[in-house]
This record gives sequence, C-alpha cells and structure tokens, in this order.
Amino acid sequence: MPIFTLAVKSILNRKLTVSMTIFSIALSILLLLGVERLRHDARESFTNTISGTDLIVGARSGQVQLLLYSIFRIGNPTNNVSWKSYQDLKSHPLVEWTVPLSLGDSHKGFRVLGTNQDYFTHYRYAAERTLVFATGHPFSAIQEAVIGADVATQLNYSIGQEIILAHGTGEVSFTKHADQPFKVVGILKKTGTPVDRTVHVSLESIEAIHAGWQEGSPPSPVLKRLLKKTSKPLQPKTITAALVGLKSPIATFKVQRFINEYPEEPLLAALPGVALQELWDTMAIAQQALLAISIMVVLVGICGMATAILTSLNERRREMAILRSVGAKPWHIFLLLIGEAFIVMVLAVVLGLAALYIVQLIGRPIIENEWGLYLPTKLPSLNEYILLGCALLAGVLAGIIPAYRAYRYSLADGMTIRS
Amino acid sequence: MISSEPSSVEYAVQINNLSFGWRTGLPLINLQSLNITKGAKVFIKGASGSGKSTLLSLIGGVLLPQTGSISVLGQSFNQLTSAKRDRFRADHIGFIFQMFNLIPYLTAMENVLLPCNFSKKRRLSLLEKNKTLKDEAERLLHYLDLPMNLWQRPATELSVGQQQRVAVARALIGGPELVIADEPTSALDTERRNAFMELLLKECQHQNTTLVFVSHDPTLQCHFDRQIDLEQINLLSTAGA
Repeated sequence: MPIFTLAVKSILNRKLTVSMTIFSIALSILLLLGVERLRHDARESFTNTISGTDLIVGARSGQVQLLLYSIFRIGNPTNNVSWKSYQDLKSHPLVEWTVPLSLGDSHKGFRVLGTNQDYFTHYRYAAERTLVFATGHPFSAIQEAVIGADVATQLNYSIGQEIILAHGTGEVSFTKHADQPFKVVGILKKTGTPVDRTVHVSLESIEAIHAGWQEGSPPSPVLKRLLKKTSKPLQPKTITAALVGLKSPIATFKVQRFINEYPEEPLLAALPGVALQELWDTMAIAQQALLAISIMVVLVGICGMATAILTSLNERRREMAILRSVGAKPWHIFLLLIGEAFIVMVLAVVLGLAALYIVQLIGRPIIENEWGLYLPTKLPSLNEYILLGCALLAGVLAGIIPAYRAYRYSLADGMTIRS
Repeated sequence: MISSEPSSVEYAVQINNLSFGWRTGLPLINLQSLNITKGAKVFIKGASGSGKSTLLSLIGGVLLPQTGSISVLGQSFNQLTSAKRDRFRADHIGFIFQMFNLIPYLTAMENVLLPCNFSKKRRLSLLEKNKTLKDEAERLLHYLDLPMNLWQRPATELSVGQQQRVAVARALIGGPELVIADEPTSALDTERRNAFMELLLKECQHQNTTLVFVSHDPTLQCHFDRQIDLEQINLLSTAGA
C-alpha cells in the first residue's frame, strides 16, 4: 500500500519528534500494563493466601473480620471459641481434619500463632502448596517455635535462637513472657502469605506461658511456684479460630449450617473463597482508581500525539498539495495521517510491551525476595490484549482529528501551495 | 465514465463561458472560450493575481467552474465526481510547480515514481511498452541530466535546478497527455532557465505531450507555438484595464 509506505517515510523524516511521541505513549502503555499486571498478580497472590481449607470457624462476627484475624493476622478477634465447641466440631462425622489457631501474643511485632503439628500438614496456599521447612522441623515440645521466612530474615534468626514472646499483639509490649523463652527449631520457606510473618508454637506452649495469668496480668511468684507442683495437663480452654477440612466438598453447606446453628455458643463458619472475594471487593475501589489513573495517562499521551500531528500539519500543507497534484485524493491525505497515528500507536504499544517485560525481568527477583510475590513472565493475558487494543483504537480515533483537518485543508487548498 | 482513449477529440483543453470565483457573486475568472489543441505547446502569460493558479486548478479538475463548461482531453469535468476528477488528473495530467515541488522525505527516484502510485494507467502504459517503472524513471533522470549519484538522495539535498528537473521527470513519467507547468523557471537563473526549457520542450515533443506553460516572464514565450495573455481573455481582468 503506497500510502502506508509514504506514512512510514514521512515518520522517518521526523524521527526525533515522532520518537519522542512514541516514547511518551510507550511509557504510558508500560504504566497501564504494569498496573493491570500488578492488580492481577496481587489478586492472585491474595487469593492464594489459603487453599485446601473448606471452612474457617471462629466466634460469630463478620466473615471478612474472621478472615482478617485468623488468616491475615490483622486485627483482633471479638471472642474465642471454647475448647468444647472445637472438640464437637472435630468429632463431627463429615469433618476430615481441623487445625486449631490461637492468637494473642507477639514477638517483636510478629504475631505468635498457637496451633498443632497438623498445621504443617493441612495448611495450604496457592495451588495446594504445603508449607516447606527451609531448615529444622516442626515443634514437638513446649517452648519450641517455628518461624516464618520474614521473621527469620528480618530478625536474623537461625535454628537454636532463643526468643521471648510478649503478651498482646502490639509492636511494643510491656508484659513479656520473659520467664519462659522459646527456642527456634524450624524455619519455613518463603510463601508470600502471612505465614512468613508468623511465629508458630504449640497450643500447649501458649497455655504454659499463660498459666496462672489472670485478667491479663502475670501470676505472682508464689502462685507460680504453686503451679509448678500441681502439673495439670496443658489443655487450652479456648482457641481463636479453626481451619476445617471436610471429607467431601458436598458437605460444606451442611457443616456450615451445623456450625452457624451451633446451640452452645455463637459461631461462624466462613467459606475462605467467598470471604476472600468479599475482602478483595472492599479493596477494589483503590485498584480501580489506579487503573483509571493509568488509563488517563495513556489518554494524555494520545492527546499529545494528536497535538503533535496537528502542529505538523501547517508545515506539511505543501507536501499535501504536491500529493494532490500527482493524483492523491483528499481521502489519501486522510489515510496518510491516520496511518501516521496508527504507526505511532503500534510502535508505542510494542515498545511499551517490551519495556514491561524488561522491567519484569529486572524486577522479578527483587519483588520475589521483598514481598514473596512471584511474578511469572507470561504472555499478555486476554485482558491485557483488550487494554492494548483499546489504546490502539483510541490512538487511531484521536488521529481522526488531525487527519480530518488535513482532509479539509487539502480539499480547500487543492494543488495550491500555501505555507 | 472516464474514457481512457479520448483520441477522437482534437482538443486537449476546451473551455466555454467559464466563470469561477472563490465566493459566489464575486467571480475571479470569466472566460468566453479557450481551446488548446492536442500536442500544442502553449504559453499563458499572466501577472500574479490574474487568476492563473485558479485557471490551472480548473484545468486540473481540483476546482469546478460555477458556470460554463470545461473539458480536458474530451472529458467534461462537470459530470465527474471529485474522486473521479482526482483519478483523471492522476491518469492524464502532469504538474510542475514554481519550486519546492518535491516531497522532502522521498528520494529523487521515489519522487519521480510518485504518480505511478496513484495512477494505474500511467503504470500500465509503461509496462505495455515493456519498460519497467524504474527503467523509465532512470531514462528521464538521465535525459534531464541529473547526476546518477543523486538519484537515491533525499530531494532536499538537491539544488533548486536539480529539483525542478526531477519535477519534470515526475510530470512526464507514464506519458500523461497533458503537462501543466506553473512558473517552473522562476527560481532558476537565465542560463539554467534556457537549458531547463530546452529539456522540457524536447521531452514533451518526444512524448507528444500537450504543454500548458504559465509564466509572467515574457522572455520565455518565444519557445512556444502559441501565446495567450490571460489578462486579455479573462473578461474580469482588471490588470489590463
């Protein structure tokens, strides 16, 4: 197509200005794709926080709240679940397994989770991935702890490290369980989930360090000595929440109803997928704003292109008159300028896409180390293709403005050379 | 319908009672009759403002007269849509302008070949004579004395005289029946002007092309078979009054 070749040659003649336009649109495309990809990957990583669990059970509140404190370790539970209720749940015929979760203590800002060994076998994240030990093994005795990857790297802990837990969950805590230090026996591999920021101990350990505590204050030395003599089994009276696996997914609603209608205390059973979706939706506004901003940046780039082409028209009126004299129709002139917008947009899209992959290749190890967010280098998704297509279309549509103007010019000027 | 072989007609340009003005009610040109025979070399003299560029646009079919008729090579423009007139122009008419005739971002060679991109007829007429487009462009450039090392250079690197010769080659490629030249020599000095005129006329003769040459410079009129003073035939001209 000769008009297209002409458009290419015309662009080559104005390399510098056109490449600046292409560059600015490519950057905006990079931003758009980057935001879209981050949104997608963040969502993926977010929904990957827990998998393989059929129900999360806690005291009755909202399902988002339950999810936040039990899985994301954000905020505090309103109430606990009694040990008896937990035992009833555990012995329900449709329940395959349960994992108790007990929260409330912390270590240097990291939450402490009291649980049992089942946690390491049943907790799943992403596509059914289990927790893997980088070094060490699960806790087996009181005052042994397993720490997440972030805890280990940020506090520079290794196996054998003695740690002291603090009562309460604040960053700075004044009441510490200083009398009963824990020993790190295992360090988990990075998961990209809140597990990385958790110190895991056994339920019995939690019970032991709180033995004799009343109304949130430590026991007196006298009481402590007394306690040591009367060694009761360290059975917790309450837990914070429980993860439940069922024998068959078909049973989900049946068990959920059983829990929600449990007569002895108000409980709530949440479906992790549904709760995650609800939580994600509450954050949707922020991401949509981010996407909207990046779309606007692309539009700004496109407006810049249309302006640049419009400005060039005056000095190109001679060129258009010459083309008319050798037989070009005004329609050809229109195509020439639309062609220019199209070429600019295609180059910008390709460049922006290339930049995205370069940024991803460079940024991937950093992001993976820092946030445990694994960003796979994948081909553009359908969504991304749609975004790119829309950008291309918007660019070509914006190109109509200068192209139509040139069309009018060349109708009016004919072969008369004006400049 | 465009007849591609208007050979039965002896006139290249036929104008009757034509009037045109950029704004209605304010005519600029009013010609009773102007006939240019095929193969003629016609000099049209006119000072600037006498409406000669408008006349050339009318002959080129870019503009249509408000009244009267104009036909070129036997084809009346009044009945053609603007797209068909564009096509007719591409097929049958070559133009040479005053200066800066060339597309700056194309090479000399690409400029010469430009009309062939828009006219299938001009392309085919060369192929029928067993000439490739490139061969013919080279022949014309060679004939017009453009140094071979400049053929693939961008038009902007050529001197004004060289650019005008490239413009002649472009107007003539594919053998259009009519060539319209609008002050093509005004940017050239006397010596190069004569050389340019000689080349232009010789090639038009060779291709049996009708040449309509417009200039305000009376010293050039000796090269032509026929001289027309636009101010005399334009009934609206104020320059002669």
